Amino acid sequence: MAFFEAKNIVKQYAGHTALKDVSISVPEGSIFGLLGPNGAGKTTLIRIINQITGPDSGEIFFNGEPLKPEHVHQIGYLPEERGLYKKMKVGEQSIYLAQLKGMSKKDATAKLQMWFKKFEILEWWDKKVEELSKGMAQKIQFVTTILHEPKLLIFDEPFSGFDPINANLLKSEILKLRDNGSTIIFSTHNMGSVEEICDHIALIHKSEKILDGSFEDIKKEYRTNTYNISFTGELEKIKANLPKDVEILEHKSGKEFESLKLKLNNGISSNQLLSQLLPHVEIIAFNEIIPSMNDIFIRVVNEKNLSIDME
Amino acid sequence: MNKILIIIQREYLSRVKKKSFLLLTFLTPILIAGVYAFMIWMMMKDDTEKRTIGVINESELVTPVQSKDFTTFEYLENTSFEDAKKMLDNKYYALLKIPKDVLESQSAELFSLKQVTIEVKSEVGSQIRDYIETIKRSKIIAEANMPDLEQKLAATKTPISVKTIKFGDDGEIKQSSTEIAMGLGFAMGFIIYMFILMYGVQVMRGVIEEKSNRIIEVIISSVKPFQLMMGKIVGVAMVGLTQFLMWIILSGAIIMIGSAIFLPGLDASSIQQASSISQLPSAGQSMDQAQLNMMQEVLGTFDLNYILSILGGFIFFFLAGYLLYSALFAAVGSAVDNETETQQFMIPITIPLMIALYMAMAVIKNPEGSLAFWGSIIPFTSPIIMLVRIPFGVPLWELLLSMGLLVGSFIFMTWIAAKIYRTGILMYGKKVSYKEIWKWLRYNR
Repeated sequence: MAFFEAKNIVKQYAGHTALKDVSISVPEGSIFGLLGPNGAGKTTLIRIINQITGPDSGEIFFNGEPLKPEHVHQIGYLPEERGLYKKMKVGEQSIYLAQLKGMSKKDATAKLQMWFKKFEILEWWDKKVEELSKGMAQKIQFVTTILHEPKLLIFDEPFSGFDPINANLLKSEILKLRDNGSTIIFSTHNMGSVEEICDHIALIHKSEKILDGSFEDIKKEYRTNTYNISFTGELEKIKANLPKDVEILEHKSGKEFESLKLKLNNGISSNQLLSQLLPHVEIIAFNEIIPSMNDIFIRVVNEKNLSIDME
Repeated sequence: MNKILIIIQREYLSRVKKKSFLLLTFLTPILIAGVYAFMIWMMMKDDTEKRTIGVINESELVTPVQSKDFTTFEYLENTSFEDAKKMLDNKYYALLKIPKDVLESQSAELFSLKQVTIEVKSEVGSQIRDYIETIKRSKIIAEANMPDLEQKLAATKTPISVKTIKFGDDGEIKQSSTEIAMGLGFAMGFIIYMFILMYGVQVMRGVIEEKSNRIIEVIISSVKPFQLMMGKIVGVAMVGLTQFLMWIILSGAIIMIGSAIFLPGLDASSIQQASSISQLPSAGQSMDQAQLNMMQEVLGTFDLNYILSILGGFIFFFLAGYLLYSALFAAVGSAVDNETETQQFMIPITIPLMIALYMAMAVIKNPEGSLAFWGSIIPFTSPIIMLVRIPFGVPLWELLLSMGLLVGSFIFMTWIAAKIYRTGILMYGKKVSYKEIWKWLRYNR
């Protein structure tokens, strides 16, 4: 069942169209990746979901009902442009932000202390934000985003500005939130950063949605039947014994072994290929090369004859 | 709790807890009181330095200047000017040269090494003048050959004091002081001008801070931009009122304590006593009639209703004027990325305020003229001009018209500003022009 649905969203600004008839459907309890280059319209869509701006036309459903102002209490939003009041103390500020999300002061204080203990940042409670490093501030920001236990979480470019250790911490916390039943929307132009955790994705390009579906389905649909094979033995022997519908794309020779990138055409299976080669060389590794979201994006754009201008 | 209240609370507390606020609130009354005390002390302090001035009298006048208080005059007979000059500084503070033709030239010369004090200069001048006047007068009296002329002339001296008495709306006679109304009016107008500018700029800074901190998007995903803007404006207004009330309370306390210590006999009740016994001729001994009149006027001016009407007028026109302008300041803050870019948008906001302040100077002289009337009706100048007029008394219908127009226009301005604000706060790194802002005004969300 779709927890969140946007249907035929159109948003125009003076001079340009930010969203052209975009529809997305986010299943409950999933991580939904909203991918596309900068300026594609992702942030506009997210602002519409957060009711920061309204669409010119289109319908939005939250948990089955049309989106209402009260729903902001059930949404947690970590925007791309994020920050805190520099002169305010960490604890005070976190309580303030929680109160704006409809929590009581008492409730917010108790939950914040719980989270701060968990992240081992309780000693920052009475420090001013300007005394903290950027990474520390990001942790606080994350806590304030999820504190009110929102049913829908929206992260816009969540990993930008995080160091690898904190990025991993963030990732594992996000997966835990999903396992506890939250629905999560991820928006990023860095497609490689989220593919391992997204269940569903939508690709946005130049104000239009060009592809969406479950991550598995898309990967299946866009598989290219290319494989990587590593072996020891003579390259000539392999070349002589390759089935005729297999083409060599690339050859690399290393110290210990050699490797080839092969493309299997006309329905030939990997088992067929392997059984042909096994008698002749010692195979160390064999795996399918799965296209990255980036590759898929470029392919879709090319297929639809759209121009690409990625950063 | 309502979200707008949470925002007001934060905006208020975060400013009131600042060191700079506490410093300004507590130090300003002390500073003002200190400056006044210093000025009074300077004025009351007698010049007690003993000075001796050598006099070279070339005229026919006989001892035209005479030693008085701490200044001694020594007539130098048979001493040349050159010799006398050598005695300057160690014996004589200054040398006074009265020329032969002093009656015609009407001038004398005072030589010294240091700058001569104003008291010495005026003392010398007035003594010579009085002396010559006396000579001339007795000459005329002698020539006129009229008995008792001197007494008759003396009797023509008539000090006049004009009491200003105003008929109140209910026909009751009020004694009031034009001078006090002028001073009070201008002071109030100026304070309003200062407060609107000071707190308007605080609102603008707050908006810029939220924008440049990038916290704005987090907040407006929880509340409406209008709630945030109004919360900030109201919060800052309360800071302004707090400061104003603290100033009144603190200066009142300082004046009371100060007068109790330094002027033990002079408190409100003794002034009242003095004015009530003024009818008795014997009281004229200690205080002359003009001073008493002034005190009566001051007391007549400061009745409770008058004070309340001024205080009430101040609070209303400060709040309404501030609301009108601060909405505009908030809009400016939302349109820019940092404070240096605010210049071009600030000018059209500050110009009406400046004009109002200059108008106030003219209005003080003629608080019933057409400039005063229109200035106190047009919303952009009315907070200042009306405040200038209130101490003089303003017809009720004019007051109500001015208030109504002001309230109406701040609601309209806030509506306009909110439209600019909600688009502006999400615009980063864009040089904004008036044309761009005009476009934002026509967006419908």
